[in-house]
Amino acid sequence: MHETMVAESLLTTISAESTKQKAKPVSAKISCGALNTVNDEILCFALEAIAKGTPCEGMRLEIEHKPIQGKCKNCYETFDFELCQPRCPKCRGEEFDLLPDAPLMLEEIEFETE
Amino acid sequence: MKKRVNVSRKILATNEEYALKNSQFLAEQKKLCLNMISSPGSGKTTILVKTINELKDEIKIGVIEGDVQTDLDAEKIRLTKAPVVQIETGGSCHLSAAQVSGALENLPVSDLELIFIENVGNLVCPSAFELGEWGKIVVLSVAEGDDKPAKYPVIFAKSKVLLINKTDLLESGAQVDFDIERVKADARKLNKGIEIFTVSAKTGTGFTDWYNWLKESVKNIRGG
Repeated sequence: MHETMVAESLLTTISAESTKQKAKPVSAKISCGALNTVNDEILCFALEAIAKGTPCEGMRLEIEHKPIQGKCKNCYETFDFELCQPRCPKCRGEEFDLLPDAPLMLEEIEFETE
Repeated sequence: MKKRVNVSRKILATNEEYALKNSQFLAEQKKLCLNMISSPGSGKTTILVKTINELKDEIKIGVIEGDVQTDLDAEKIRLTKAPVVQIETGGSCHLSAAQVSGALENLPVSDLELIFIENVGNLVCPSAFELGEWGKIVVLSVAEGDDKPAKYPVIFAKSKVLLINKTDLLESGAQVDFDIERVKADARKLNKGIEIFTVSAKTGTGFTDWYNWLKESVKNIRGG
């Protein structure tokens, strides 16, 4: 995943919200599914780099990774799907359907108010 | 004092809006659009050139060509006389839906039946950016090793077709350890509906099945 584009999009949205709230953002929470392949370190670095001189400078970023889920075709168990070793944890079955992956979302922003 | 604001906004919403616009446009026009993704050097351009040349009496094909720098690939496509629009990303490792939207305006879409988007050579980033295509085609050459579906699962989970290319190397006696069955099994574990064609763009082996799939898909889009 190209983290810089994600960071730019975050900066635009959070800066706009900051103007609206007339407050400085101190932290933001985002969530993403497994198929988004976001690397935390690179995203935080990219945001830090482009946030210099903007209201988002110094803002903390919290990243929640949501596993993609699979549904076993043998025992119908729904389970967190390991992309590197896909297998049903209950019956060890290897036949399953992939459930939709969580999108990359900006969940919440915390502002410092006077 | 601190205040929390719930936003719940998709971060790549802008890209998604363009992707949706592109897919609606292509659906209205009844054009098949395929997004080709692979590592650099897997043979995407060679496969495209061969496909365009050999299907030119059957399918009208246009190409959107993405590259970090140079228009070397677009030049190769131009020699086939197929319409091509070049996008030079200038460092970016993937194409965006907005870039494709602009490119579609510069292609004679109404004269075409099939539009290939040749993405930037990269197995990771392009997989996360929908462009509005009908399907993704992942190309893997045997020289890259048979562990790629296990190591780069996302693109294999999302693609409609896997083209295993350069299979001539396996028969040439070259020192290539590549277990085709392992690749097929690993890809199908992630994506049971994936179509897999083993081809050699050099010798032409295996292209008939790929062409049949293309012709069938063009027909379905046109009729549906």
